[in-house]
Amino acid sequence: MSFLDIRHLQKSFGALRVVKDFTLGIEKGEFVSFLGPSGCGKTTVLRMVGGFETPTSGAVSIDRRDITALPANRRKIGMVFQAYALFPNLTVADNIGFGLKVAGEGKAEIARRVAEMLELIGLPQLGSRYPFQLSGGQQQRVALARALAPRPQVLLLDEPLSALDAKIRVSLREEIRRIQRDLGITTIFVTHDQEEALSMSDRVVVMHQGVADQVGTPFEIYNRPTTRFVAEFVGTLNLIDADLVDAAAGHIRLAGVPVTLDRAPPSRAGERISLALRPETVALGRNGGDIVLPGRITEVHFLGPVIRVRVSVEGGGSIALDTFNQADRPPPSIGAPVDISMSHRDLLVLAA
Amino acid sequence: MTGKQLWSWLAVAFAGLYFLLPLVGMFDFSMRMQRGVYSFEAYRIVLADPQFQQTFGYSIALALLTIVLGILLVVPTAYFVRLRFPSLRPAIEFITLLPLVIPPIVIVFGYIRIYNTSSVLPLTGSWWGTNILLLCGYAVLSLPYMYRSVDTGLRTIDIASLTEAAQSLGAGWVRILAVVILPNVFVSVLSGAFLTFAIVIGEYVFAALLNVNSFGPYMVWMGGNRAYEPSALAVVAFVITWACMGLIQLFTRFSKFSTARR
Repeated sequence: MSFLDIRHLQKSFGALRVVKDFTLGIEKGEFVSFLGPSGCGKTTVLRMVGGFETPTSGAVSIDRRDITALPANRRKIGMVFQAYALFPNLTVADNIGFGLKVAGEGKAEIARRVAEMLELIGLPQLGSRYPFQLSGGQQQRVALARALAPRPQVLLLDEPLSALDAKIRVSLREEIRRIQRDLGITTIFVTHDQEEALSMSDRVVVMHQGVADQVGTPFEIYNRPTTRFVAEFVGTLNLIDADLVDAAAGHIRLAGVPVTLDRAPPSRAGERISLALRPETVALGRNGGDIVLPGRITEVHFLGPVIRVRVSVEGGGSIALDTFNQADRPPPSIGAPVDISMSHRDLLVLAA
Repeated sequence: MTGKQLWSWLAVAFAGLYFLLPLVGMFDFSMRMQRGVYSFEAYRIVLADPQFQQTFGYSIALALLTIVLGILLVVPTAYFVRLRFPSLRPAIEFITLLPLVIPPIVIVFGYIRIYNTSSVLPLTGSWWGTNILLLCGYAVLSLPYMYRSVDTGLRTIDIASLTEAAQSLGAGWVRILAVVILPNVFVSVLSGAFLTFAIVIGEYVFAALLNVNSFGPYMVWMGGNRAYEPSALAVVAFVITWACMGLIQLFTRFSKFSTARR
């Protein structure tokens, strides 16, 4: 049994089933992200772990202790909210010390722990300020310190970076990860931002319509998506239809070009199958792999370090590809005929 | 000055005169107790009257108790309605508005009928019972003001997130209400409290019909028996009411942390 064990969790609001049979084990000290679009049930699962929603069925246990029926204030779970939720009437120090005061710690111990937490979040001089005197990033750091001060068993982060601007988001997510590693605290992080999920997590749970579509390391989720939804939601993706010629041998026909796949697709000969391809695995020119397709450039988007090119393939369909920007070479021009190439190993066969 | 501005100024001046002239007249009259000279003689007599001191002290004590009862009643109610039963809000709002619609005399007659000496709960039969009845009655009278201002205060803070944050830190309901919610709606509670104070200080109908010797009946008695003192008393009552209004403004402006500035 894992340290944090979520078993067959379900939640319905009236006739609407928001979470359908969610099961996940999280090891001690692990950082797990719930990634998915709004309404996929990720926040509801988090809130059930935190004790703010009652599951319709299923169980949650921490360290072999069933906490499903335990009220939120007795679970010893720290939580950080998107809207910071700092107590406006208390100073930064009093906010951080709140949980310790509730726990009945002595004044000296509270002061020591608050100082330690302020040091941890890099704001040692701001203890006497009020929340309204802090920037959004500072407020969220204080909220993190407040959640960590009473030494919770599990830390829940509910889209903590969503209300911040881009630069602060990146620096704060690195800081959250550093603090989490230092303290070794088991953490669930809810986000709809794939970059956050991929860059911070030990494991990512991609959620879709109330179920965990795929659970895996960021590397697995990005490179080996098992469902069409995961492939489409995480990163940018080309979806190409191909004709299956021989299922057992893995022979297919892609835009008229015969290709042999490493893994046999789960369909019958004569059917159309769906293949996915990351833009960065396709190259302009003939040197990018064993599959070469002729086409014509239809779109060019200059993104700074990367140029995204869309090519209309002669055999049908269009494929987007990424190429690095090089200062001494102008970007490709629209309408130019090009060959694009890719390796058959980069073609992903999607289950659904 | 354009024609439009002139009309605006005339409207303001008319309203100002309408409100101020009676006050000025009353104040002027209250200063003429001694023939031929302006003096505070009427005020001196009123303030030195032991009955004034007794009834005024009683009304202040009752007003403070009403405020405490109102806070205990309204803050948790408004909080839980917003947090847990938002669909009940229109119904609760309607109920809290009832004291404005139903005349106090009807309410107090209802009380006397229900709590008279031959009832199950004979509150009117004892000094304590009558005072408790009056206190509860005043809490009801102040409901529209107290509920509205607290509810408005709650709207300006994210009570759901604050509550959950406090819960995740181990706090129970009493602590959440006392340490997290109440201080953040303190200014709203204060404005409700001052309005309550102003209502209770001068209330007549409840006190008279329950035969309680408070400041309201004293003012009426004074008005029926003296010439200059009632005007002095009215000015004093006005000053108290206006001081309450001023204090509301003062606290709103100088509260240490303002939710508006977040």
